[in-house]
Order: sequence, then structure tokens, then C-alpha cells
Amino acid sequence: MSKVVEVRWHGRGGQGAKTASELLAAAAFNTGKYVQGFPEYGPERMGAPIAAFTRISDEQIRIHSNIYEPNFVVVIDETLLDCVNVTAGLKEDGAIIVNTSKTPDEIKPSLEGYKGKVCTIDARTIAEECIGRNIPNTPMLAAIIKVSGVMSDDEFFNDMEDSLKKKFANKPQVIDGNMKAIKRAVSEVNGI
Amino acid sequence: MAIRDKLSGNEAVSIAMKQINPDVVAAYPITPSTEVPQYFSQYAADGLVDTEFVAVESEHSAMSACIGAQAAGGRSMTATSAQGLALMWEMLYIASSYRLPITMATINRALSGPINIHCDHSDSMGARDSGWIQIYSENNQEAYDNFIQAVRIGEHPDVMLPVMDCFDGFITSHKVENILLMEDEEVKKFVGKYNPPYHLMDKANPMSMGPLSLPMYYFESKRQQAEVMKNCIKVIEEVAADFEKVTGRKYGLFEEYKMDDAEVAIVIINSTAGTAKEVVDKLRSQGVKAGLLKIRVYRPFPVEQIVKALSGCKAIAVMDRADSMNGAGGPLFTDVTSAMYGRVEGVKAINYIYGLGGRDVKVDDIEVVYNELLEIVKTGKVKEVFNYLGVREG
Repeated sequence: MSKVVEVRWHGRGGQGAKTASELLAAAAFNTGKYVQGFPEYGPERMGAPIAAFTRISDEQIRIHSNIYEPNFVVVIDETLLDCVNVTAGLKEDGAIIVNTSKTPDEIKPSLEGYKGKVCTIDARTIAEECIGRNIPNTPMLAAIIKVSGVMSDDEFFNDMEDSLKKKFANKPQVIDGNMKAIKRAVSEVNGI
Repeated sequence: MAIRDKLSGNEAVSIAMKQINPDVVAAYPITPSTEVPQYFSQYAADGLVDTEFVAVESEHSAMSACIGAQAAGGRSMTATSAQGLALMWEMLYIASSYRLPITMATINRALSGPINIHCDHSDSMGARDSGWIQIYSENNQEAYDNFIQAVRIGEHPDVMLPVMDCFDGFITSHKVENILLMEDEEVKKFVGKYNPPYHLMDKANPMSMGPLSLPMYYFESKRQQAEVMKNCIKVIEEVAADFEKVTGRKYGLFEEYKMDDAEVAIVIINSTAGTAKEVVDKLRSQGVKAGLLKIRVYRPFPVEQIVKALSGCKAIAVMDRADSMNGAGGPLFTDVTSAMYGRVEGVKAINYIYGLGGRDVKVDDIEVVYNELLEIVKTGKVKEVFNYLGVREG
């Protein structure tokens, strides 16, 4: 089988897990990779637990199932640790990243004995201080790129700046806030 | 120059529609096909196309509006899924019997009930005898490429039949993947201008469409319709050859993946073929002669060609993402095995019904199928012809 980096996202409906899975795919696409970004479509209720997926590869991706043995798991909402087995199938040479103000050691007891790398990031605080609202998905995107190493920080910054400039041409303050959040996020991941 | 992009299947097909710039698009929203007319209506509102976009009140009306537009000499298109296709039912037969080359994106979704919005092929499989050409697409690239080819195939003077481009709901329609798009001008040049040989607005050659046809004539018109369906294989191959010249991407009636010396093979349609190719590669690396045949053109059904491709196998599994509820196998199994009857002997064939209502199909599931085929080759015995994959029993 071709070598594929697989990421599973856990969030709640409305928190941007689907968007984040596609943003990660888009960032990797822009560095020349083959990608897939897709959610697990359920009843789509606000607040309900949802999963989304990203695959990144140097070759065309043919597999079309969901991801059951991810290299990385990203948890956008730490309250999911109480109700979803977020480490199910997660490879032990991979890593999990949780959005929380706690340290990796404080989070570990909630991870069903997962033996791989545990990282945390306070994406909520970063988002609130940099963007002005609790939109944790861009700092979480920065964290997964840092932890997975699918591209360099600079490649990621340049790509995000381009994308944001295109998307928010009329709202430059959004671009600055998001760029600040991303740059801060890559340096505030605990447990790398 | 190909344009490298990342798009969902629905976005890709809506872009194909924009590039083709048809006269009329009439559609009614239904998950998971909704995005196709949704994106397209934005193009229409932004003035990027010259199309008359008709927001109708039902799928029955969507197909009726396409039929009216096409009968008047226009090029019309639509998209639908599941119950939407079911509601079009009687009009599907009208479109094909009037020989109106409407192009439709059919985004495969399970028919209710119980109500379900996810992928299986029960919707389009039910329409397999409606006289439409049916082409199936594994991923967003094929959905886009086949939609463009569908226009040329349907409108060919030797064909003049409506065409469905079928692809998997959510799996293909909503997943963002890499794609190579054609330039707008390339697409326009490839599909050309629609010049119908006859239409209702042609004042010089007045005609009627849809007259009463009683026992004296009905049978002959259906016989002719069946003959056209048989003959359009040649056109489908010609259009694919032209498409390859423009894009470099090769299409056939079906795709043979590592079939040359295959002893065991599965016959499959749409996105699961991709997952199954991974399994074929894995088995090949272990020295197992595994192969895969992915159906592209299901209607017409390329009998001789499929039989030839499968004749060297010892055992095959035909995979159906729809059940015929007859205790005798799914639609693809029935077609493949009846094609083989009397033409080739000694190939053992089993059927798997899989993935109904969006049940995810994993690599492990496909491995179960190949393992069963290898067991049949080893023992020479078929334990069970009709099987269900990945379902909880008991």
C-alpha cells in the first residue's frame, strides 16, 4: 500500500472539524500532495460529536473508506474525552493533540491507556486572544501541522497567508488575527 | 493545459456543467445531489453561463422540464439522488423513448425505507431498464470526465439517448480530492454545439413527439430503441478515444486492474473499486494472482467484452451495492452470470451484497471476499453463492 498520513478529527457539530479537515487537506495540496478531506456525515446536530478525516500522500489516494487506524488524532473539544473513544485504532508511533489548558500528563488518564505521544494546546485561549472569538480550528490546524511535520512552519505560514488574503480581502483584521493565532499555536504545543 | 485543483465530486460536476454551458438546467434539491444545482444556480446568477436555470417544485417536474427543453432543440441537464430519481421514474422512460439526450448526474443514495441519506446503488440500479445509458464513476475525476463525455455520447446522431453519470453519494460527492480540470475552451470544443437532427421548434420540418402508439407500432419503436442501445457501445469507445487525445486520461467500457493473469477477481462498481485496488496490490505483493474489473458502462451492458475479460479467472466475486430482494443475487451478479452462461465454462461465481445505506467498506472487508475466492480455488467448492458483506446477522 502507498504511504499515506491519516488524520482523524473529533469535534462537536458547529466547531469546524469538517472545515479543519479540509483546510489541512488544502494546505498539503498546495505543497504538491495528493489529499482527501471529508467528514463522517451523521444527523449533523449542533453540539453532537462528529468525526472528520484527512489523508495526505505523495501518490494518488484510492482508498475510500473512513479512517480506522490514524497516524494522528486531533480533539477540538476536550469534553469529548468523556464520551468518545478518541484513541481507537490510533497508531502508537503517532500522536494525539487535545485542545485543553491542561498538560499532557494531566490528560493522559482520560486516554484509555494510549501509549503514544500526547500533545496539548490551549487553542481556546489562543483563539480568544488573537482572533477575539473562540474559533479553535485554525490554532488546532497549526498544531497538527507542527506535530505531524507534513510541511514546514514557513510553508504553512505562507500558504495560510495566501489563502486568508484571498478569502478575506475585505476584512484585513481577520487575516492578522488568524496569522497571529497560527504563529503562536506552533510555539505553544505541549508534549512534542 | 490541465488545471490542478482540489474539489468534491459535486463541485467538479457543477464546474463541468458551467464549462458546457447548457441551454437549460432544471433541478430540485435532494441530498446528496443538492450541491450540483446549488453551485450551478450561483454560476447562473453571476452571469457566468447563458443557461436558463429552472427551480422546479419536484423531481418529476425537473425531468419534465428537461424533456420539454430538449424536445424544443435545447441541451438540458439535471442532477438527483434516491427518492428524487424514484419520483422521476415515469419521465425517465419518456426521455429515452423520445430519444432526448438529456445529461443527468445521479448521485447514488439508498432508497427509503428505512429513510437513509447515504450511499448505495438501489436508486440507479432500479433505473437500469429505463433506456438511459448508465456510466459509473469511481471518484471525483471520473465523475467530471464522464459527465463531459456523457454529453458527446448522448448527442451523437447514432445514439440520441439520455445519459446518467452515476457516482457515490457523500463518498464521492462530498469528499474533497485532487482533480485535473480541463480548460473551459477545451470542454466547449470537446462537447461541441448541439445540433439535434429533429426538434419541435423546427418550422421547416414539423413533427409531433409522444403520439399514441398502439399494438400496431409500439413494439417496433421499442425494438428500435433496444437496437440503438446495443449499437452505442461503439460511440462510447470513440468518445473515450477522443477524450484521451485531449486529456491523456484513458477510459474503456470497464477498467481491468491487474486482470492479465488474474485467477481470482472481483467485479465492482464505483468508489469501493479504489479501496479494492489497494487490496489487489497487497495480494499481488504476496504472490496472489488477484485482479479487479470495474464496470464503467453498465447500460448498455458490454456482454462479450466482460465475458472475455473474466474468462481466464478460476473464481470471481460480483459485488452489488443494491439488493434485488429476489433471493437470487443483486443486479450486477445476475447480469454478469447470465452473460457468462453458454459463453464460458468453469469460472466459479459468487455474489456479495455490500455497503447498503452507506455501511462503510473497509480494506478488511474486501480481504474477506478475496480470501473466500482463494478458498474456492483451493477446494473447488462454493459454500454459498449469495453472500452479504459487513452486515450483522442473527
